[in-house]
Amino acid sequence: MAVTPANATTSRASRIEAALLALGIIVLVALPFFIYPIFVMKMMCFALFACAFNLLLGYTGLLSFGHAAFFGGAAYFTAHAVKEWGVGPEIGILIGVIGAAVLGVIIGFFAIRRQGIYFAMITLALSQMFFFFCVQADFTGGEDGIQGVPRGNFLGLLDLQDPHAMYYFVMANFLLGLFCVWRIVNSPFGMILRSIRENESRAISLGYSVQNYKLAAFVMSAALAGLAGAVKALVFQFATLTDVAWQMSGEVILMTLLGGIGTLVGPIFGAGFVVALQNMLATSAFPVTIATGLIFMICVLVFRRGVVGEIYAWLERRNTGNR
Amino acid sequence: MSARPIWGRSMPDTPLLSVRGLNAWYGESHALHGVDLDINEGETVTLLGRNGVGKTTTLRAIMGLVRKRTGTISFAGRDLMSLPLHHTARAGIGYVPEERGIFATLTVDENLMLPPVVAEGGMSVREIYDLFPNLEERRSSPGTKLSGGEQQMLAIARILRTGVKVLLLDEPTEGLAPVIVQRIGDLLETLKKRGMTILLVEQNFRFASRVADRFYLMEHGKVLSQFPVGELESRMDELHDVLGV
Amino acid sequence: MIFGIPIQAFAGQLLIGLINGSFYAVLSLGLAIIFGLLRVINFAHGAQYMLGAFIGYLMLAHFGITYWPALILAPLVVGLFSVVVERFALSRLYDVDPLYGLLFTFGLALVIEGVFRYYYGVSGNPYPVPTLLAGGTNLGFMFLPIYRGWVVVASLVVCLGTWLLLEKTQFGSYLRAATEDPKLVQAFGVNVPLMLTLTYGLGAGLAGFAGVLAAPVYQVSPLMGQNLIIVVFAVVVVGGMGSILGAIVTGYMLGLAEGMTKVFYPEASNIVIFVIMAIVLLLRPAGLFGRDA
Repeated sequence: MAVTPANATTSRASRIEAALLALGIIVLVALPFFIYPIFVMKMMCFALFACAFNLLLGYTGLLSFGHAAFFGGAAYFTAHAVKEWGVGPEIGILIGVIGAAVLGVIIGFFAIRRQGIYFAMITLALSQMFFFFCVQADFTGGEDGIQGVPRGNFLGLLDLQDPHAMYYFVMANFLLGLFCVWRIVNSPFGMILRSIRENESRAISLGYSVQNYKLAAFVMSAALAGLAGAVKALVFQFATLTDVAWQMSGEVILMTLLGGIGTLVGPIFGAGFVVALQNMLATSAFPVTIATGLIFMICVLVFRRGVVGEIYAWLERRNTGNR
Repeated sequence: MSARPIWGRSMPDTPLLSVRGLNAWYGESHALHGVDLDINEGETVTLLGRNGVGKTTTLRAIMGLVRKRTGTISFAGRDLMSLPLHHTARAGIGYVPEERGIFATLTVDENLMLPPVVAEGGMSVREIYDLFPNLEERRSSPGTKLSGGEQQMLAIARILRTGVKVLLLDEPTEGLAPVIVQRIGDLLETLKKRGMTILLVEQNFRFASRVADRFYLMEHGKVLSQFPVGELESRMDELHDVLGV
Repeated sequence: MIFGIPIQAFAGQLLIGLINGSFYAVLSLGLAIIFGLLRVINFAHGAQYMLGAFIGYLMLAHFGITYWPALILAPLVVGLFSVVVERFALSRLYDVDPLYGLLFTFGLALVIEGVFRYYYGVSGNPYPVPTLLAGGTNLGFMFLPIYRGWVVVASLVVCLGTWLLLEKTQFGSYLRAATEDPKLVQAFGVNVPLMLTLTYGLGAGLAGFAGVLAAPVYQVSPLMGQNLIIVVFAVVVVGGMGSILGAIVTGYMLGLAEGMTKVFYPEASNIVIFVIMAIVLLLRPAGLFGRDA
């Protein structure tokens, strides 16, 4: 996909990202003492979800319209494992991530057969199929979802019912997920993904088995989206159909697009903004879907690079202008 | 179209099509560096030059297909630079692209009828099919099922219907058998007799010398020299040098 | 009895399948026309379908405009609205990646559906069957509600009409040629930007028409197009968007397949089209009628 991601590889941009990240971690550590922790935990879950999604869109050029299946699917798997099998949170999350990865293999296997717009439609259709499966399957609890999921004790030691303990547990998962994304993007594997995004036929002619790389990227993205969904199920102690519905797939696209496709911090910013906006609108009469739709339209028409992407582009321009 | 058409609005001494300082870009790559051309009414002018010197780009920029361009292009006293793409043809300029542009999902008939008539004086479908009996035989088969030569004939024929007064013709003989090249030469001579003004891009200057009144020799996105057909023999060394033949 | 199923039940489900197929056909036809020329996947297609139904409903409720005039007027309103959208927004996206067109129309769908949901809630509003088509007739092996028969006939007529427009008229040959090479067609003097606008209006108008047609069958609700559009996407993937006729045929076929599944294995009727899509992707990735790889 010839999207115009900000050039995230420039050293200037990556220096800014490193600085922002360091600052972000300090703020994150201190935040629960100032803000309602569950709100920040929600932000972290969605930020990780968006970063996982961006791994696919921003660095491989594949627009998945079905990422809710991995996010919401993992939430179900984790919730079920923790509640019905009585496993600890760490095992529960692991089960969620593995489940999401397996789903990723299945959906990815079909979707990578087509490109571009077709890829988007196929992922959407297959995730809708998974949605109907969740509506009908027994273990998901149908319309009610899985409620009253216990948070349990981390490694049998740390009681996650304690809000601060839970907060730092979520933060650790969030940072672990981000580290994975960062590691993948900056590995030789990530380089190959980017060369596929830039010019697929050239990557093929260079001898890369593009289909395998795409599938691998798809599965990694699905697994990380699963991590976000699994953690979210523990934070809110439930898993419902909302998280597997196509609207959720739309939301994560919006977060990434708004923040900046192909930037590391863009999706985090986008997720933060969208979650905060939803929180604000929840108490007003203005419908969230209209706001979401309007932001989509404005973003596509006016700033396709996203907020963070536009800032990078502006810095870049100013930089070259000074030379 | 037997009588001299009504297009003779331009003054006798001013060229029908006049290009000055034409620059054109494909994205970042600068393809034309100030091309100057003049074509008088009823004249056939040929652009010569090696591959990649900007001959096709010159045609596409005149047509408006290349939008990133500067300079002036005036046609019968009218400025073409400011027109949207679909107004160039309506002003009276027809274009036959190098790749011929025959549409696969259209029949021969539909391909023929595709370009809208822009002025009176074009050929009727009857006249065209009399001129190209092969096309009439295959009028309901898909355009791209025709042979290369037939496709070229169709690409020219459909422009003749429209009543344009200038024909921009890009390498009509490329990849065609000598017999077909001969037929295209005949066709161009017929058009000339009917008063059509032709701007021809051609690698094969032997072919071009049969129909052209004047030549422009291009190199590196500029016009190197121009000369009438009579000087062709005396300029052979220069031509061999520039064209590398 | 057929395979142990009473013939009435079998024929009844087949009819429901055929009716769903009628809507799939008209909707995927519109999507294919728009995609062919604009290279945009119109995610707002489901919202435009809903818009057609809702405009028909509001015309009846507030102005007493009955079914027959609404069947013409509502698609016109949807088409005009979409023409404005194309002119001021979509036309700015032709030079960028087609995925942005998808995302823009996705946002548009959210806004349209959100607005109607805000004002009219999510519950369905019944729309009466026009008196001319009320009642039913006994075919011997089944009872056929006349309106349902009309849906099938009307959709066939519209599909055929659209096909004739594309295959047999000058506008159609401009459109087919512009699908192959829009710049060259414009260089011939055809106002291609205007054609893009009209084509988007036509495709959206078809969706609006399907919406009015659907109003007496399903209830009129702001969310009626939401899930439908995803199924239609699957239809389009199965058919491949290269062929107009392919889109129509695939629409009816998949509707019937869905109806059959309801008879034999009702649990899977929601997902059978997606399953067929997956199988087609394995065997013929370009789609049954697809030309593009």
